[in-house]
Amino acid sequence: MNCIIIDDELTAREIISHLCSQIPSLNVVAEFPNAIQAIKYLNQNSVDLIFLDIHMPDFTGFDFIQTLSNPPKTILTTSDSNFAIEAFEYDCIVDYLVKPILLPRFEKAIQKAEKTDFGNTNSSSNSDKKLASSGNDLYVNIDRRLIKIDIPSIYLVEAKGDYILIKTEDKNHTVHSTLKKIEEKLPTNLFLKVHRSFIINIKKIVDIEDNSVLIKKDVIPVSRSNRPELMKRLNLL
Amino acid sequence: MIEKPNLSYIHSLSGGDKTFEKKLITILKTEFPVEKKLYEKNIKSNNFIESAENVHKLKHKISILGLIKSYEIASEFENNLKESNISLKDDFDDIMQNITNYLNTL
Repeated sequence: MNCIIIDDELTAREIISHLCSQIPSLNVVAEFPNAIQAIKYLNQNSVDLIFLDIHMPDFTGFDFIQTLSNPPKTILTTSDSNFAIEAFEYDCIVDYLVKPILLPRFEKAIQKAEKTDFGNTNSSSNSDKKLASSGNDLYVNIDRRLIKIDIPSIYLVEAKGDYILIKTEDKNHTVHSTLKKIEEKLPTNLFLKVHRSFIINIKKIVDIEDNSVLIKKDVIPVSRSNRPELMKRLNLL
Repeated sequence: MIEKPNLSYIHSLSGGDKTFEKKLITILKTEFPVEKKLYEKNIKSNNFIESAENVHKLKHKISILGLIKSYEIASEFENNLKESNISLKDDFDDIMQNITNYLNTL
């Protein structure tokens, strides 16, 4: 099995690499200190198995898995046993190793990985669950990092030249993208383009005047052409 | 009484491969002071969440050096830090010093 190791700690990568060298069927093809580099690698290459640390700066192991459309078999490696339950939410996770890892336990994990056949898993219900859990998330590329944004927390998207400003309950994000691109990613039951430069979350409207809406503390213009659709979406008395 | 770090785990892992042992110890000696320094910087600035992340990372090295009781203290300290509680800071700092002293002997 061709495998990769993702861990921000060099000591951990060295230990896992050494453990892999004890198993003839394993071939470590690459090691990465962060998830972003691994995602780039996996965009170009396929592997059979990933050893994945959960705790990494900026991007957790679970965030990483959710970015992959078809994640390979994954063995989590962590100093924390508290995430074991969450790990069961993912089809691709075949085992969960708590550091420090010893060879007998490592061998057992590899046996599990070898026995696991993705083609025969009861994946339909689990896949649905995965889709449901990741369906509320939007990943945006900021300074070469993929940042997760909870879609329902977005209340406003504003076009700003070559960028868009995404305003959420927690913070604002400036992303190199277009209003058209993000519009395609947002659920139509929640979001509406009310102006050529603005998409709003209609659940977050405070009030509406003739040609503007108040969202939080932002007054947003509503185009004459978009006003009928906005009015149609409201639960008017 | 403070625990004494040891290389039992590394010996067990290496299966007698001295080259691997030497390489791993070199990495530990390089990586540990960097992680420790980052923790010290964050705790000094009252960046408790970042400090908790640093402690989490250092826990692995504590466990590699066979410090069972120290690992428990570090885990509790990590959880406390998430609630801005630094009551175990002195104990954790002692653990850091204990490891520093030990690594200097290798």
